[in-house]
Order: sequence, then structure tokens, then C-alpha cells
Amino acid sequence: MPVPPPIAMLAELTHRCPLSCPYCSNPLELAAKAQELPTQTWIDAFDQAAALGVLQLHLSGGEPAARQDLVELVAGARAAGLYTNLITSGLGLTQARLEALSEAGLDHIQLSLQGTDAEMADRIGGMKGAFARKMKLAQWVSEIGFPLTLNVVLHRQNLHQLPRALEMAQEMGARRIEVATVQFHGWAMQNRNALMPSKAQADEAAALVAQARQNLKGRLVIDFVPADYHEDYPKRCMGGWGSSGLNIAPDGTVLPCHAAQTIPHLRFPNLREQSLSEIWYHSSGFNAYRGDDWMQEPCRSCALKTKDFGGCRCQALAITGDAAATDPTCIKSPAHQKLQAMADQFAGTEHAPLVMRENA
Amino acid sequence: MSPIPADSIPYLPRGVRLHRDHVRARWVLLAPERTIALDEIGHAILSELDGARPFADVVARLAAKFDAPAPQIADDVSGFLGTLRARRFLELA
Ligand code: SF4
Ligand code: SF4
Repeated sequence: MPVPPPIAMLAELTHRCPLSCPYCSNPLELAAKAQELPTQTWIDAFDQAAALGVLQLHLSGGEPAARQDLVELVAGARAAGLYTNLITSGLGLTQARLEALSEAGLDHIQLSLQGTDAEMADRIGGMKGAFARKMKLAQWVSEIGFPLTLNVVLHRQNLHQLPRALEMAQEMGARRIEVATVQFHGWAMQNRNALMPSKAQADEAAALVAQARQNLKGRLVIDFVPADYHEDYPKRCMGGWGSSGLNIAPDGTVLPCHAAQTIPHLRFPNLREQSLSEIWYHSSGFNAYRGDDWMQEPCRSCALKTKDFGGCRCQALAITGDAAATDPTCIKSPAHQKLQAMADQFAGTEHAPLVMRENA
Repeated sequence: MSPIPADSIPYLPRGVRLHRDHVRARWVLLAPERTIALDEIGHAILSELDGARPFADVVARLAAKFDAPAPQIADDVSGFLGTLRARRFLELA
């Protein structure tokens, strides 16, 4: 099967962030400011991405607003013809800066919320006053007229706030909310005891979302990521490894997903040395899990393999020790029971301290 | 979604736009986290939305363009725009 061109690109402009969420998807080994790509290299990457077939660009981090040249980068992305989305904690964006981003053509803003009140949000984000600043930002966003998506990561400590989060999204005039149960990669792996929801909580969240989708049809679009340790089938990883999206790390390393560097035997090129096209079509890292030649049983002979691609490679490695194994979330995986037992054990741990993310 | 009233003005809100996808030689509608591939008809319908034209005019122009009866076009267009509306990719003024 020929490799299709990528459609979406996540640009992790920096790992720097004023918050320190204990589930941050950044790697444990964070890139320092001195390793970050310069402005022109990013803009060149946006041009290359558009020529390659990318339509949607997500500017992320860390906190992308920590980059002084954010407005220039947005203008460059729009000039390249990309739909440009800013994924932000809201910190570091003043009203004037937002207006400049609007001028530069920013298409959409995705604002993260660590909780629905100051007590929760400031504790999980690790910064006093952060919640108040986010609320201010939401007001400016609505005054300028940016389309807004609210993003909430749910876990054992804040899952009860889901109903309020849905209300807040509407109050802020968001068209969309992303409700993502914490995924265990990056820093979240250090916090499974503190963050794992119970099965009952996970089921309750899914039921609440189903109900809200009915009630809010045509008003608020809800995207939901369930608690996958408690599921019976894995989520599609990135729409298939190396088949629709790519990530660029702050130092220019090009990855099939943000956690791909946890697979130690894979090598990923840097865009300072190779073109995006070469990397996408020809690098061994991107080719490693394309198609199904790499699959083992039970995936190999499973009809669902064209739908979920055997699940997440990083999770397969983290739990089974083999990146080519069936994602243990899958009920057919020999490690499935082990995963569910782990989930219950994590969920039942009392008084687990939060390990906060460090700064880059 | 309820049918679109004849005098309301359907429009693409900020953050939703038509885009020519040169690499795949097609038109797409770009929206937050979504890319919708458009066929010729879908593109023709959305190209008629200029932020001022009421639904009835959109239908009349498409009926002339495709040489088809207006009531049938109205149903089809209303159905197509209704799906976009449900996903908040289209608003009515
Ligand atoms: S491989 Fe796993 S961690 Fe990486 S994107 Fe896919 S699902 Fe996520
Ligand atoms: S066996 Fe593999 S392909 Fe089949 S459902 Fe499970 S993870 Fe997916």
C-alpha cells in the first residue's frame, strides 16, 4: 500500500511552560531553550508541511506562548496555507498579544483547563492565580471572536467536575469541548497512583458525556477520550502510525507521535538534517509500524486491525515490554487482565502524592 | 436539525473555511480538528454562501446552475447544511 501524505502536524514549539501539570505528555527529558529551533526553521517546516499535504497545524508545547516569536510563527503558518490552531494553557497571552495573533490569521484557540475552580485548577497546574488568568483570557478570546475549544483532562481527582466543565464551555461561548481522560504517557506514567480513575468513575464519565451529547446537540460538540486502561478495545493511535499525522519536537526531531521516543530501538531524524518529505516517506522510524507486516497475533488475523491498527505502540511497550505487541487495552491481548488489575490497584491507592512536571 | 428557513442567511463562522487541497486535488472544509472532503456539489453549495444571501436565493441559484427543480434542491441543500450546523460548522443569521 502506498504511504498517504500526512494531513495534520503538531509543532511542539517549546517544552517551557509556567504550569507543571502532573500528566503532561512531554517527555521526562525536556528540551532546553537553547535546543529549540529558530523562527525561520519553523517557518520553513510549515512550508514543507503544506507542500507535503498537511492541512491542519497545531501549535503546541509546553506553552507555545513562551516563544517570543509566536505571532511571527502564526503568520508564517497562515502564509503557508495551513489551518492554524493554538493549543495553550492561556498563560503568557495578553489581550494585545491575542489581538496580534488574530491579525496574523490564527484560526482557532484551544484552551486547557486543569479544573473548574481556582482551588483545583491551581493545585493541578501547580501555579497560584493561574485559574483567574485563564478566565480573563477566555473573556478576551470571546471579545475578539476567536473560535474556542475548551480542553479538560479528567482523572481521579477532578472527574466529578465534568458537569461544571460542560457548563463553563457554554458560558465561554466555546463551540467544542475536548474531554480527555488522562492517558498514561510522559509525566502521567509517574502519577498513575494519584490519577487513575476507578472503573465506576470512568463509566460515569462516559454516561455523562453520552447524555450531554444528546442534550447539547447543535450547541456544543463534545469529543471524548475514555479511560483506556478500563476499556476493552484500544484507541486508534494517531489514525495509524505514520499514516496521517506527525509531530515535531522543540529541537526539530520529527516523530510519528509525541511518545514515540519512548521506544528505544527506533531512530527519528531531525529536520535540521533531512527534509520532512524524506523523513515522512523514507525514515525507518516512520516505516516501523506502517501497514501490518509488523503485527503479531492476535492482531495479525483480527478483522479490526484496519480500524485500530492494533492500538498504541508506546503503551504496548510500556506494559508488555514489546512495542510490536497488541495494545494491552484490547480484550484479546494476553496482558489485558494484567492491565485491568493494575488499573484497579492504581485507582485504589490512597494518599498518593502528585509528582509535578519539572520545567524545561 | 430543523429545516432552514427561507429568509435566514447561512454562513460559515470564523474558524471554518473552504480550502483548495492541491496535494489531493480536491476542495475541503477546514474546521477545528476536522477536515471535511467536499464533492463538487458540496463545494458548489458552500461557494454560494457569502454572508448576505438568504437560503431561498442560494437554492434558486443552485437550481438554475444544476437545472433542477427548486423544491428538490431545497431539500438536498437543507440536509447538507443541517449536518454542518449540527457540528457547529455553519451558523444562521
Ligand atoms: S503511539 Fe501511543 S502514545 Fe503515541 S500517539 Fe499513539 S497512542 Fe499515543
Ligand atoms: S486484536 Fe489487535 S487489531 Fe484486534 S481489536 Fe485487539 S488491538 Fe485491535
